[in-house]
Amino acid sequence: MDYLNTHLLSLILFLPTVAALIMLFLPSGETKLLRWFAFSASLIPFVLTLVLWAGFDPNAAGFQFEEVYPWYEALHSSLHLGVDGISLSMVLLTTLLTPLAILASFSVTDRVKPYMMLFLFLETGMLGVFMALDLLIFFVFWEIGLVPMYFLINQWGSANRNYASLKFMIYTMGGSLGLLLAVQMLGVLFGTYDLLELYQRWNALDSGTLLGMSVSTVKAIAFWAFAIAFAVKVPVWPFHTWLPDAHTEAPTAGSMILAGVLLKLGAYGFIRLVLPFYPNEAKYFAGALAFLAAAAIVFGAFGSFGQTDFKRLVAYSSVNHMGFVVLGIAAAGLAAGTADAHIAMNGAVLQMFNHGLSAAGMFFLVGVIYERAHTRNLDDFGGLFPLVPVYGGILIFMSMASLGLPGLNGFVSEFMIVRGAYPVLTVYTAISMLGLLFTGAYILKGIMKVLHGPMNEHWAHGEHKLTEINAREILVALPLMALILVIGVWPAWILEVINKAVVALF
Amino acid sequence: MNFPILSFITFLPFLAAVVMLLIPANRKTEVRGVALAAATIDLLLSGWMYLTYLLNHLTGYQFIETYDWLPALGISLKFGVDGMSAPLVLLTGIVMFTGVLISWGDYDEKIHLSAGIQDRPREFFAFLFLLAGGVFGVFVSLDLFMLFFFYEIAVFPMYLLIAIWGWVKTREYAAMKLTLYLFVGSVVALVGALAMYWTQYQNTGVLSFDMLLMENAGFSPVFQYIWFLPVFLGFAVLGGIWPFHNWSPDGHVAAPTAVSMFHAGVLMKLGAFAALRVGVMLLPEGAKQWSWLIMTFAAVAVVYGAYIAFVQPDLKYMIGFSSVSHMGLVMLGISTLNYNGLLGAGIQMFSHGVMTALFFAITGMIYDRSHTRQIPELGGMVKVMPFAAIGFIVGGLVSMGMPGFSGFVAEFPIFMGVWGSQWLVAVIASVSIIITAAYIMRNIRQVFFMPMPEALKEHHITDVTALDKVAIVTLCLFMIGIGLFPAVMVPMIETGVQNILRLLGGA
Amino acid sequence: MFTPLIFASILPEILILVLALILFVVEPFWKEDQRRNAGWLTAGGLFIAMIISLLFGQPGEPTAVFGGMIRFDWLGFFFKMLFMFAAAVTALLLMDHEKAGRRGEAYVMLLASVLGMNLMAVAADLVMLYLAIETASIPLYILAGFILAEDRSTEAGFKYLLFGALASTVMLYGFSLVFGFTGTTDLYKLAETLAAGNLSLPISFAVTALVLVGLGFKVSLVPFHFWAPDVYEGSPTPVAGFLSTASKAAGFAVLVRLFFVAFPGFAPSWTLILAALSAITMTVGNLLAISQTNVKRLLAYSSIAHAGYAMIGLVAFTQLGAASVVFYLAAYILTNLLAFGVVMAFSRVTGLETLQDYAGMSRRNPWLALMMLTAFLSLAGMPPFGGFVAKVFVFAAGVQANYIWLVVVGILNSIVGVYYYLNAMKYVYLYRMPQEDEEARPVPLTRPYAIALAALTLGVILVGTVFAPWFGWSDAAALNLF
Repeated sequence: MDYLNTHLLSLILFLPTVAALIMLFLPSGETKLLRWFAFSASLIPFVLTLVLWAGFDPNAAGFQFEEVYPWYEALHSSLHLGVDGISLSMVLLTTLLTPLAILASFSVTDRVKPYMMLFLFLETGMLGVFMALDLLIFFVFWEIGLVPMYFLINQWGSANRNYASLKFMIYTMGGSLGLLLAVQMLGVLFGTYDLLELYQRWNALDSGTLLGMSVSTVKAIAFWAFAIAFAVKVPVWPFHTWLPDAHTEAPTAGSMILAGVLLKLGAYGFIRLVLPFYPNEAKYFAGALAFLAAAAIVFGAFGSFGQTDFKRLVAYSSVNHMGFVVLGIAAAGLAAGTADAHIAMNGAVLQMFNHGLSAAGMFFLVGVIYERAHTRNLDDFGGLFPLVPVYGGILIFMSMASLGLPGLNGFVSEFMIVRGAYPVLTVYTAISMLGLLFTGAYILKGIMKVLHGPMNEHWAHGEHKLTEINAREILVALPLMALILVIGVWPAWILEVINKAVVALF
Repeated sequence: MNFPILSFITFLPFLAAVVMLLIPANRKTEVRGVALAAATIDLLLSGWMYLTYLLNHLTGYQFIETYDWLPALGISLKFGVDGMSAPLVLLTGIVMFTGVLISWGDYDEKIHLSAGIQDRPREFFAFLFLLAGGVFGVFVSLDLFMLFFFYEIAVFPMYLLIAIWGWVKTREYAAMKLTLYLFVGSVVALVGALAMYWTQYQNTGVLSFDMLLMENAGFSPVFQYIWFLPVFLGFAVLGGIWPFHNWSPDGHVAAPTAVSMFHAGVLMKLGAFAALRVGVMLLPEGAKQWSWLIMTFAAVAVVYGAYIAFVQPDLKYMIGFSSVSHMGLVMLGISTLNYNGLLGAGIQMFSHGVMTALFFAITGMIYDRSHTRQIPELGGMVKVMPFAAIGFIVGGLVSMGMPGFSGFVAEFPIFMGVWGSQWLVAVIASVSIIITAAYIMRNIRQVFFMPMPEALKEHHITDVTALDKVAIVTLCLFMIGIGLFPAVMVPMIETGVQNILRLLGGA
Repeated sequence: MFTPLIFASILPEILILVLALILFVVEPFWKEDQRRNAGWLTAGGLFIAMIISLLFGQPGEPTAVFGGMIRFDWLGFFFKMLFMFAAAVTALLLMDHEKAGRRGEAYVMLLASVLGMNLMAVAADLVMLYLAIETASIPLYILAGFILAEDRSTEAGFKYLLFGALASTVMLYGFSLVFGFTGTTDLYKLAETLAAGNLSLPISFAVTALVLVGLGFKVSLVPFHFWAPDVYEGSPTPVAGFLSTASKAAGFAVLVRLFFVAFPGFAPSWTLILAALSAITMTVGNLLAISQTNVKRLLAYSSIAHAGYAMIGLVAFTQLGAASVVFYLAAYILTNLLAFGVVMAFSRVTGLETLQDYAGMSRRNPWLALMMLTAFLSLAGMPPFGGFVAKVFVFAAGVQANYIWLVVVGILNSIVGVYYYLNAMKYVYLYRMPQEDEEARPVPLTRPYAIALAALTLGVILVGTVFAPWFGWSDAAALNLF
């Protein structure tokens, strides 16, 4: 038990990889075995995360469960892990969504073994980013997560997957180029990659010259190098164009993870690295960031409204929702230290969590209907509610969460962001509110096109008859719905954990 | 440590070559057996040497053996390895072992597969082992004369190996071009070495080719300024430095698979290593003066090589130019003359060696089966040779500098080194990362994952052989191992870097 | 008068003479088909003579014997051993020559020539030197034109004779001028006289030039090289091999002694001339070699170029320079004999000698191909063969003497060399015969060839790897010059 407590984070982090390596030696033909093995293997980190949550002291400041192992000593980089409230919620999100995504992928029949292994590798990659307290390790996991995702899209995606996967890869790697260079610069300057130490020393550096330029110029450039890398991942307008393609082409579970967790990596990067490293720049450029966020919200909503492909519609909705996260971050950067900032930041982190739940749910539901109908074109559907009432109910529930219906989780977080941002970024927040209006419009459009209106007789009879959502799929949706509802009604249990970290940081 | 392990490693390939030549030409299996046995022993010995160095936390030159060879002129057979060269000795062992495996070339009656070397394997392996012996010799030599001696031995079998067993269309041209380029480079460096030899004699009265003595020869700054470029560039030609890289892609393409592996995997390191050991370490002042030029060349090579690789339709040319790009990174690291850069260069030499050997091995496997290397004509290979596909992907990730693989462990410090020296170059060179990612991903997709073209289906493409799989796994293990646990190599290279920094005056 | 020392100083020559006499006596008793045994006899005899000389005839401190006619020192002794070895190998190669191998005269001529060469190596007096040169040359004129039935051979012999006679005359004129101005023919006294400054620069220049014509012809320096390709091509191949190795080395032996001992006072003037000659010789030889299609002509031009490389050591005018020349010649003799031996072995079976005819040779006889590879790579200056070490030493001497430009020329030339030597190997290893039926058309080696070529190959590799003893002897020889 003692071992468990001292190695909890590394266990959560590496168990999926170990499971994947074990899978390597399982027979490829036994798809049933492989599926259940992967699923149960991914449940262990979830259980451990619950242990972690239970052992986490929300009142203590700073990072908990820290672990340090030597890694690349020559560069003074070590495998330094630790969580605070913000990362803890993200870890929970990841370990929760991965088993659900694996469960949702039980319908995959093509090369199950590599598919499941990639998912497990992906989980390690994502968790590593959230746990890393070392800049180099952060970058390592940041990049490494790309690979399994690339192959998931490229191998198990739909028609246009080649284009989409390459675009995903190149955009993200291109975006991280600046990050890479800035990380290297920091490493050269300070001879360490430890985040806690870098926070201190980098911020202590505020005058003089560096690389032949004034420190403020260097910091401004480095700020944007960081910001762009994360902005691509979030994605913030105008760097979002990879996202609809990647989402649309990815397999269902891939989209779930992509929207549910991977996008959060970008936002998490803002919170963990950009704001602590560049408080002044964040304040200075908050307007620009808020502008991009507002643009993402509005254009995401418009884009979403214009789609005829159900999955693209949901994909653009992610741009819209993640825009709120960035808005909250911008506000927190501008008003650092004030209560407004704390509210906005709390909202942003909660929004990340919430969007993880609802976006994963939405993509899953799109996947469910796609598997049956083999089309995602909204115009091909219509009036399906009577045919699949259970599915329809779940879809409406998820959509409402996404729309921000009070009583469900989306409302709580979006309200907090707007509340926090309004006093400091009034104009952009107002514009974003207009975007919120369109959120309602496109979500209702989606529901209408699929469930209501005149029934498309094509799906009612014969070989195309739509079947109801099955028990396994309900099992995937249920935990999501439960959490959505719980957070909507009683958000305190998670905000309590997040808030302490937020206050400590900003 | 009385066992003369380094001379054993170095001379075993020569011995094996002679033994093979004595076997009658038609006993192909016996020839291959001798080759494999010798390669295995060399791999084990170099691995043992490597581990001894690593686990005992040794520093400086170790396993030193000295035999007087020509005392009148101060030539001695002096062997020894430091943290820089020990990994390269291991690398040579690895490439030699895997090279023999994938050249096995037993004709498979059942599937009509003619992979590997069918024509005169006896001569092929003999020449290959001469080459390997020469390479070992350069890496372990601490005597400048012997270094040249082995260096030339490593160059000339290339000509025959490429010209005889190479790709019919370009082999004559490529082999000659390669040999002449390398020969020009090495003799230019030789003149510089002789000048160093005599100047040392004038300065200190010591008549010796011993490089450890030459470190203290007290070369005047002007002397170093003049001779650094000929010496460094003369060797760097073999390292594929831009603008003298021209021979390299042609040579890679024309060479048979195992030779491409050796060529890109080890020989190019030979150039970079010799340039480092003779150019930078013996003429440190010159290195400081000219590092801007080397850095410029290297930066151009990095970006230019990546770009050319991007537009190549031929798989082997693609890898050839990517080697130019990656070796440019080695040169870039060396040119920084600082801790991080040199560290990265040392790791990159090993990492690129293993990676590119893997690339060429798999390309060879594909070509043997499909008889084309044109990327657009290939496709669907993952279905028939999944093992090769995974290997190629791992190699590709290393090539892209993906974290978790050795490429990242190598490239990251190089870029850090450049930051410490000239940050703008780091920004420019980093463009290559994206270009590399683009062409690697694109080509992996096309070759392995696109549907197989109709024309290819007629070739009855089969999976790779068991020996091929052993080779692929061996190479992959090293790349992933170093990527995940840099500690298995980095501390060792660190000691080598410290030594270089000492010569550079703690710069 | 005959002290043991004097006896020892000409011990090899006495043994050669005895061998020649035995041959004269024995040969007529042999039947036609036994006469090739004369080759075994010659080779074996020379081999025994070498052993005896090594045991009893080693020089100590340099001494003048026969009234200063002969200098008994290591320089001469080392060269003598080289010449005798070359002659022994040539005798082996001659044995299976279709037209010349069964005629005792050929072997006697060979021995006579070696006798002359031995004396060239030790001659310390201009008169003795001239006699020695003629003794060495005249049998070679005959050997070159030995096959009367072949026009090419006759032409070669005649051409060689004409050029040789002309060159000797010019050289003799130079000698007489030296005597006229200084009143002595003794090389060592000459040095003292010249050092006293009795000779004005233009005259010394003229004398040097005249002597150089004669010796330049011997070692085939450009521009006195015209005869070489034609003579090599026309004469029996073993003789061509002998001409290009032993004869050339003998010329160098004289050059070294003459310039280091007799003319050191004029070093600045003649080293520059020699440097220019060296550069021109290398360049012309190599450039002309590129376009050759006949292997013997190719080797002829390459041997011209090698004279140029060896000259670098002479130009350096240091002890290392002299040692490097001697070493270079030792390595070169082995290598070039091997090359000619391979050519001989191949054309004996096939009757062909153009490069195209070598296509597929490595499949017809892999061993012969490997030996040819050894020879050509050594000529190209690649390790682990003798040519590499020899070149490095010569270049080292050049760099030491600050003749860096000459070394650079040498380097550029070796690159050209690499090109055409490898080009030739391309035919051997890469190309195939038109019918691709090489296995059905082997190129067998007779026993004398196998022995000779194997010994040479081993020698080339030994000189290239364990070079310390060879260099030690070369250095000892060079030491005698100072």
